[in-house]
Amino acid sequence: MTPDSRPALPRFVKLRFDRARDTWLLLAPERILIPDEIAVEVLKLCDGEATLAAIAATLAARYDAPEPEILSDITDMLADLEAKGFLRDREAA
Amino acid sequence: MTELSARLRPDPARSHGIPIAVLAEITHRCPLQCPYCSNPVELERASAELSTEEWLRVLGEIADLGVLQLHFSGGEPLARRDLETLVARAAALDLYTNLITSAVTLTEARLDALAQAGLDHVQISVQSVEDALATRIGGLRGALERKRAAAAWVRARDLPLTLNAVMHRQNLHELPEMIEMALDLGAARLEVANVQYYGWALRNRAALMPTPDQIDTASKVVDAARARLHGRLVIDYVEPDYYAARPKPCMGGWGRQVFNISPSGKVLPCHAAESIAGLRFDSVRDHPLAWIWDHSEAMNRYRGTAWMPEPCRSCAHKHDDWGGCRCQASALLSDAGATDPACAFSPRHAEVFEAALAFSEGSDRYTYRDFSGGTPEPGG
Ligand code: SF4
Ligand code: SF4
Repeated sequence: MTPDSRPALPRFVKLRFDRARDTWLLLAPERILIPDEIAVEVLKLCDGEATLAAIAATLAARYDAPEPEILSDITDMLADLEAKGFLRDREAA
Repeated sequence: MTELSARLRPDPARSHGIPIAVLAEITHRCPLQCPYCSNPVELERASAELSTEEWLRVLGEIADLGVLQLHFSGGEPLARRDLETLVARAAALDLYTNLITSAVTLTEARLDALAQAGLDHVQISVQSVEDALATRIGGLRGALERKRAAAAWVRARDLPLTLNAVMHRQNLHELPEMIEMALDLGAARLEVANVQYYGWALRNRAALMPTPDQIDTASKVVDAARARLHGRLVIDYVEPDYYAARPKPCMGGWGRQVFNISPSGKVLPCHAAESIAGLRFDSVRDHPLAWIWDHSEAMNRYRGTAWMPEPCRSCAHKHDDWGGCRCQASALLSDAGATDPACAFSPRHAEVFEAALAFSEGSDRYTYRDFSGGTPEPGG
């Protein structure tokens, strides 16, 4: 993941609000993860169009937080999801 | 991010919560005859199967319960012509759908239809990496080649693939090649499942039981492969029970997270539960699923920890493994309410270990799974 990456959830990974449990879930083959609030905000922006840099800028404006810090945080988080196969980089693909 | 299953454990206030997954065994029909099949020895016939309409209703009830994942299984789920219809309904209900298949009857057209219907994941089982042995285990010539082709079609459609390798004494030596095959076929996940001894496998224990040496080697092979293939292939390893020191938390605890629906609509706490004498199961034909989940006698019988005898009752691990497998206790000790004898704390553990050793020197001859109660392998 680099600032130019355009992260997206693959078709078979689903971000979904589960009313029965009142929580957001990330559904993947044989695994179900519970993203925290920040992760949900980030994942909603991962549409395969927006670059990581643009996502960081959006979040920085939304939360009035320093952009470089946000960029580094979300890079780590998304790289981790990418390693698990739950996220793809459109640019690299 | 936490795993949902991690957050679900243990909730002492309740014996059960919202189920996560359902294994829908939509048919017992299957073109293969694996001697380790986990289906009951008394298979349900096609005429007893739930109709399409019944399944469509039940899928709605499953989603209403809060279930997240639906595994279409069997037998061979492709044996039902309405599989696409069922997958489409499940997908429309926002269920995460998985097809557990032997894949020998899969065609490209059918896979397209399933993908179109919204199928999320495919799991293909393999008997062996070698054609002759695959044929001998599954009882169908050319099965391996068809599975290879099917795996390629799955990957060509960008569907995630899990390979399920059922391992036992007669194929454990192939484990390194099995791992290579999973990579070759583009699987993201390999399930190395040592046979669990229920149903047909219990019948075939003498032909399947591995030796302790084989299990030693297998664990090492898996460890090395996991380190080498990190980020490329996830390997899940199911240890064989009889040689383990601690039992498996069967189904994540009886009636806690997962349940099965049999071809005729019986709701089972696990796929082998029917092997327990005296348990009464309720059918989706007679009751709403939500009622069954909360009130069925079979579901409640071994839920939570209140039913536990010693040594489980005062054991620190009781919320981790829930006392192990009830079907195993029933099969080996004729007491489904006993501590799983796979546990080293069970007073009967040594017996089980000795029995395993004896079985591991048994005859290689199989009894094949079929609707006539089993057919012995010719010759031998
Ligand atoms: S284990 Fe073999 S016989 Fe049993 S359902 Fe699977 S493929 Fe068919
Ligand atoms: S005694 Fe019971 S609870 Fe304790 S480890 Fe063994 S099976 Fe699990």
